Amino acid sequence: MSRIGNGEEEGLVADVLVIGGGMAGAWAATAAAREGAHVVLVEKGYCGTSGATAAAGPGHWWAPPDPPEARANAIAQRQRIAFGLGEPHWMRRVLDETWRLLPTLAPYYDFPKDDQGKVRNYRALRGPEYMRALREQIVDLGVVVLDHSPALELLAHADGAIGGAAGIRTQRGGSPWRIAAGAVVLAAGGTSFRSHLLGSRNNTGDGYLMAAEAGAELSGMEFTAAYTVAPQHSTMTRTMSYAFADYFDADGRQIDAPFGPDQTERLAQALLAGPIYCSLARLPEDVQRHLPTISPNVMLPFARWGIDPFRERFEVTLHTDGTIRGIGGVRVRSEDCGTGVPGLYVAGDTASRELVAGASSGGGNVNSAWALSSGSWAGRAAARRARRVPAGFGGLSALGRTGLRASGRPRPVSAAEAVDAVRAEMHPYDKNLFRTGKGLAASRRTLDAVWSDLATHAASNGMAALALREATALVASARWSVASAEARTETRGMHRRLDHPTLDPDLAVRLIAGGFDTVTVRPQATAATSPFESVA
Amino acid sequence: MIEFIVSERCTACDRCVEVCPSNVFEPMEAGPPVIARQDDCQTCFMCELYCTADALYVGPNAYHAEPADPAAVIASGLLGQYRRDSGWDEWQDHYPNEQWLMETVFRRAAEAAR
Ligand SMILES: Cc1cc2nc3c(=O)[nH]c(=O)nc-3n(C[C@H](O)[C@H](O)[C@H](O)COP(=O)(O)OP(=O)(O)OC[C@H]3O[C@@H](n4cnc5c(N)ncnc54)[C@H](O)[C@@H]3O)c2cc1C
Repeated sequence: MSRIGNGEEEGLVADVLVIGGGMAGAWAATAAAREGAHVVLVEKGYCGTSGATAAAGPGHWWAPPDPPEARANAIAQRQRIAFGLGEPHWMRRVLDETWRLLPTLAPYYDFPKDDQGKVRNYRALRGPEYMRALREQIVDLGVVVLDHSPALELLAHADGAIGGAAGIRTQRGGSPWRIAAGAVVLAAGGTSFRSHLLGSRNNTGDGYLMAAEAGAELSGMEFTAAYTVAPQHSTMTRTMSYAFADYFDADGRQIDAPFGPDQTERLAQALLAGPIYCSLARLPEDVQRHLPTISPNVMLPFARWGIDPFRERFEVTLHTDGTIRGIGGVRVRSEDCGTGVPGLYVAGDTASRELVAGASSGGGNVNSAWALSSGSWAGRAAARRARRVPAGFGGLSALGRTGLRASGRPRPVSAAEAVDAVRAEMHPYDKNLFRTGKGLAASRRTLDAVWSDLATHAASNGMAALALREATALVASARWSVASAEARTETRGMHRRLDHPTLDPDLAVRLIAGGFDTVTVRPQATAATSPFESVA
Repeated sequence: MIEFIVSERCTACDRCVEVCPSNVFEPMEAGPPVIARQDDCQTCFMCELYCTADALYVGPNAYHAEPADPAAVIASGLLGQYRRDSGWDEWQDHYPNEQWLMETVFRRAAEAAR
């Protein structure tokens, strides 16, 4: 790796650049480094604490190869809730990769052992410890980790192949960096549309924006209607304790919302009518006692507010998960998680996991298994490409448009107002969870106007560029989601249309979205990914 | 969101500056860092987990600052709860990581709902 001075700018040359340091990015960096590549990983926050992985407790989808029916059963079970959009072949690959790779983290993660010293469980990891382990692993593998260094845009060669990225150092006053690389892995997470979902503030859909600017497409963006319960005003969207929850309205009447697949819908319905209160009194006493050592962060808000959640009722809300426990993301075009754009790979929540999750949330298992597997495949493929395609700054041009370079006369545009507009369309239960053609069209018009203002007038650099690019990514992601939801005139999995309440067998297709000034959505038959490595 | 740093406990190691995912803290030439961008705090409690001096307090309200009295918080014993229950550092042998029990809890809930 060489460091080249470039005026004020920091320039690095690497074989592989990984953008985003959650579990997908860290597994991508691991795989690329194990292939012998020089890897740089840039992270908006800190690799270890930032993102959805770190604050969660990722339980991985897990089925051993033995007995042989274990995997077949897991896949059959998933297929039942994938509603025609999952692909068994991809599910099998993910189960296999997860099963093989996760135990290799043992030198860095203290997997729990039974009395005989045998590992009890490899699949359930605690977020902070998982990310701490992954960071140690990639540092030991020689990966250069740049924290507080968000990527703002990709860099491309004249033929469109991706050859690096540019961004800023937020702890050095926003000073610019540029990195040239033989291949780039985008692992910048998904987006909660800036809800208070735990750990999701940095996840503004930057990966979607940068990939689309490079020519990649989005898939499954209509599946963003995932919501998770949390104590009102808190971020604590950890679900386990709520498996035993009872809910009540302001008059103390119990709400009919039993633990099960349509619980979220029922709670959202109740929330539209007024505040709701939760009781965890049914949580078995032994679980109550062990809760702090199962999920140490869950009790923090209660303890600080002086609430005994097992004896007192407390107010709750539902936070939007967006694509983090939803589905959509950059369309995966090949088995190595190529995007169809030479030199650009995607992993984790940045990559659409429709192939594995189908139309239902992969929360609790599929999501992290996908992040690990896609990261591993993308990292390996990026390293292999870098062997053929040398990195260098010659002829690279910057692909970033909206938020950085105005198409019209520059004037101040408020990033905060753009973000608020996205929240106002993407969070309300009566807009994004219970959808109608009319409501979606209204959201589309509102967001189109916000986009147009940003695209025409926003121009920025240095520190100011971060907030504007985040706002741009959020608005773009919301527009792709709304347009895809408008096009899916049926109800399928987590996509619920009040005006089309049943499943339409003709719509067992993927919806491919793209475009900026004009957003387009087109159907695509499933099983359309190439079984071959991307020709890059 | 982050409410205060207990200056008597803080060792000015600046670890919180490094690990905060949203760059809330600003290091100082001498002494404890300052909370420079409270509004950017995402209420993830990660700074507390990494603070071996238990000198940080993140309020549970992610929407609004909820000023808390440092003396009362110190007296309540709430500081360091996350790091302790996580079994980090000196707590390693006292608080085992029981994350693996989570799936058994979900299983019991599904059975109870049947
Ligand atoms: C509370 C909670 C619990 C969950 N529990 C489970 C579970 O039990 N099982 C399961 O399968 N799934 C679970 N999930 C989902 C799972 O956590 C995610 O699917 C997974 O962590 C995604 O990993 P990732 O690396 O893609 O994203 P993240 O971990 O979010 O990492 C993305 C990283 O990219 C960085 N980044 C963003 N933009 C940029 C940029 N422009 N430049 C540089 N870096 C950038 C971010 O700062 C972040 O660190 C849960 C999610 C939540 C919120």
